[in-house]
Amino acid sequence: MNFKLRVWRQEASEAKGRLVNYYATDVSPHTSFLEMLDIVNERLVEKGEDPIAFESDCREGICGTCSLTINGEAHGPDHPGAACQLYMRRFKDGATITVEPFRARPFRLVRDLVVSRSALDRIVQAGGFVSARSGSAPEANSIPVPKHDADLAMEAAACIGCGACAAACPNASAMLFTSAKVSHLALLPQGNAERTARVLRMVGQMDAEGFGNCTNTYECEAVCPAEISASFIAKLNREYALATLRKKSGM
Amino acid sequence: MIGELEAKVPAGPLETKWSGYKDHARLVSPANRRKLEVIVVGSGLAGGSAAATLGEQGYHVKCFCFQDSPRRAHSIAAQGGINAAKNYQNDGDSVFRLFYDTIKGGDFRSREANVYRLAEVSNLIIDQCVEQGVPFAREYGGLLANRSFGGAQVSRTFYARGQTGQQLLLGAYQSLCRQIDVGTVKMYSRTEMLDVVLVEGHAKGIITRDLTSGEIEVHAADAVVLATGGYGNVFYLSTNARGSNVTATYRAYKKGALFGNPCFTQIHPTCIPVSGQHQSKLTLMSESLRNDGRVWVPKTKGEQRSPAAIPEAERDYYLERKYPSYGNLAPRDISSRSAKEACDEGRGVGPGGRGVYLDFADAIARLGEPTIRERYGNLFDIYEKITGEDAYQQPMRIYPAVHYTMGGLWVDYNLMSNVPGLHVIGEANFSDHGANRLGASALMQGLADGYFVLPYTLPTYLAGQIGKRPSIDHPAFREAETDVRARIAKMIEVNGTRTVDSFHRELGLLMWDRCGMARNTAGLREALGRIPALREEFWRNVRIPGHGAEYNQSLERAGRVADYLEFAELMCIDALERDESCGGHFREEHQTPEGEALRNDEKFAAVFAWEFQGNGTIEPPRLHREPLHFESVELTQRSYK
Repeated sequence: MNFKLRVWRQEASEAKGRLVNYYATDVSPHTSFLEMLDIVNERLVEKGEDPIAFESDCREGICGTCSLTINGEAHGPDHPGAACQLYMRRFKDGATITVEPFRARPFRLVRDLVVSRSALDRIVQAGGFVSARSGSAPEANSIPVPKHDADLAMEAAACIGCGACAAACPNASAMLFTSAKVSHLALLPQGNAERTARVLRMVGQMDAEGFGNCTNTYECEAVCPAEISASFIAKLNREYALATLRKKSGM
Repeated sequence: MIGELEAKVPAGPLETKWSGYKDHARLVSPANRRKLEVIVVGSGLAGGSAAATLGEQGYHVKCFCFQDSPRRAHSIAAQGGINAAKNYQNDGDSVFRLFYDTIKGGDFRSREANVYRLAEVSNLIIDQCVEQGVPFAREYGGLLANRSFGGAQVSRTFYARGQTGQQLLLGAYQSLCRQIDVGTVKMYSRTEMLDVVLVEGHAKGIITRDLTSGEIEVHAADAVVLATGGYGNVFYLSTNARGSNVTATYRAYKKGALFGNPCFTQIHPTCIPVSGQHQSKLTLMSESLRNDGRVWVPKTKGEQRSPAAIPEAERDYYLERKYPSYGNLAPRDISSRSAKEACDEGRGVGPGGRGVYLDFADAIARLGEPTIRERYGNLFDIYEKITGEDAYQQPMRIYPAVHYTMGGLWVDYNLMSNVPGLHVIGEANFSDHGANRLGASALMQGLADGYFVLPYTLPTYLAGQIGKRPSIDHPAFREAETDVRARIAKMIEVNGTRTVDSFHRELGLLMWDRCGMARNTAGLREALGRIPALREEFWRNVRIPGHGAEYNQSLERAGRVADYLEFAELMCIDALERDESCGGHFREEHQTPEGEALRNDEKFAAVFAWEFQGNGTIEPPRLHREPLHFESVELTQRSYK
């Protein structure tokens, strides 16, 4: 198969970026999208040019490292799945494919298609945990958790932290990401003690990082490789409202 | 000069060694902990849990990872589960049984006392993770669920769907985030360790490269902990993440830390086969598929018909034929070797003849497609995404792939290497899995080391180190930094014609052919002849575009591949020296008449720990042996017939 690529090239954070044309020729349909970029890069290096910087690690959709916007869609057309799970047989032979980084104001561009998502780490650092010191835990089966709650918590906890939700959102909102962690921990008895403080701090941090708010476009849910449901955003709003009331009333 | 290897295993009966150790170990007072700094390299299950726990105890921790976030460490990709001796199923499990299964599964090549301690702390891990909010699978009554796994007759595996590694890592990551929030841990993401610094023989710091800016930085501490994972990517193609590398442990080896059992690698039997020369990694399909799938190849060589057109009588269900009692559930090493054998005979299927069928037709006929979809739907989807084939309609094709490395830096009972102050945890050390790791045991070991072992053993070293942290102006730091800079400059100056990946791919193929699933003297000698030539070409002909003071992925990879090009030789030397078969190390010269691994306990019941002398064949590494003594178990020949 043959493809024309339009790839975002930008040498560094402060540099000016632009789309550059490349040709990927003689590509097997069984090649993954990232392997296709590997092939393009091998040829660029052989010609003495700078390869396209893009990130990936596990290449099986769980680590959340890859961060490509392909033809305007975060992670490309094969939902649900990360860009590393996309194969060239999904495209028409001869197609033109535009490849850009995840774009959201809090994601600082590092180089070409690589962005920094440390803003997401800082949201988790603002209370996205249970304060359980190693060695202090009670016997694991001492607190039964209804299966339904545990399963729902798992659905929220499945978030891979890739940031596609924020990249796809017209407001660059990270509410799907934040709501997944808030919901995961709020659904479990272990997360209950810090429930109020957690949601207030995490939302505060999310705002401080410059992420926008949710206006119900559901783009986040559509691109999420872990199929996190936008209904968790409703849960986040509820948790936040309750926490605000509790705080006001001094509870 | 290193003398006799001292494992420092406490005296007394196996059952009380660890509790006795804890009762008498040296402690560091809270006031002194504030004065001590610990470097943790790696943020996976072992590194993340260690950094968080040491932070909780009040030490100043600096934690480093090359990924853009500590949450992306490769532990995240583990699917199946984590073992613990809780005996929640009331099916006869106990600490001793978990210990015994682990040591037997490892084909009696691990240290008894370490493995017993691992089994002992396994239960604490489950408690800890549940308290962190890890959403383990539960039964309808709300209590924790278990599943069974290979190599055990009890159900002791805890799991969170097929994403157990992810959930456990996020638990550790969240604890780490909490410590970053309170300021006890300082996190350095996108930062790669390039050397360890020794001051008066003690590990007192590291040299790093900031991968974003390219800046070389120097960090001093009172102790260094390496939690940098395994080296499966020496084979180029493996189930490891692209970035997983040997650099940190290999650099430590070059500074004098002994490398234990480097040839012990685990080849997982159920992975999606290689599809083309540009493939960048292999994907594991959970071993659980073998519960319902039947493995077969055609009876005749060079069979061209589609699987459906091959009649029952012309199929060879070789695992069922060779191992009637375990059948398709034979252990990993045995299943992998049998697949290779069938393909070597020319009976493999798919492109290049490197694959065997895993067929669900019988299971679908017996249980119906909806049941199979419910059990394995997500795996069938992954398979379909990668291969474009529908495994409900035609058999899957699978082939073994490199998955885990049991070898690693040698450590004593304190998880400290022979270099004082240099501790090694998780997959990076050689310790608990012997010559073959059982399923669901890697997560257990990573978290045991980080949450419950190192936090007790590290203080025994630190207690004697108060006030001894050197300044980064010490000449040892300058010297190490100069070396690191010179190496990077030298690599870029080559400006040859071949890409980094092309060297890596060539090395990987060679290692897979000669030091992979089956090894023999002639093949290993051939590899030992070819590796130095490839290494020499690398340093003469590699091309790395750009420069060192920028975000440069080619340079990152080049550094790692350069280390693999040296480390590969050490693996082959170890594989040659270990003139027996055991677990995942199969020397063709040593097999039973049925073709099973044949151990030689008299000569090889020992850890091989290698000391660096100089590059490769010019000055071969020096071998130290730690004899393994078994007091509580009897050494037997594994049989799965």
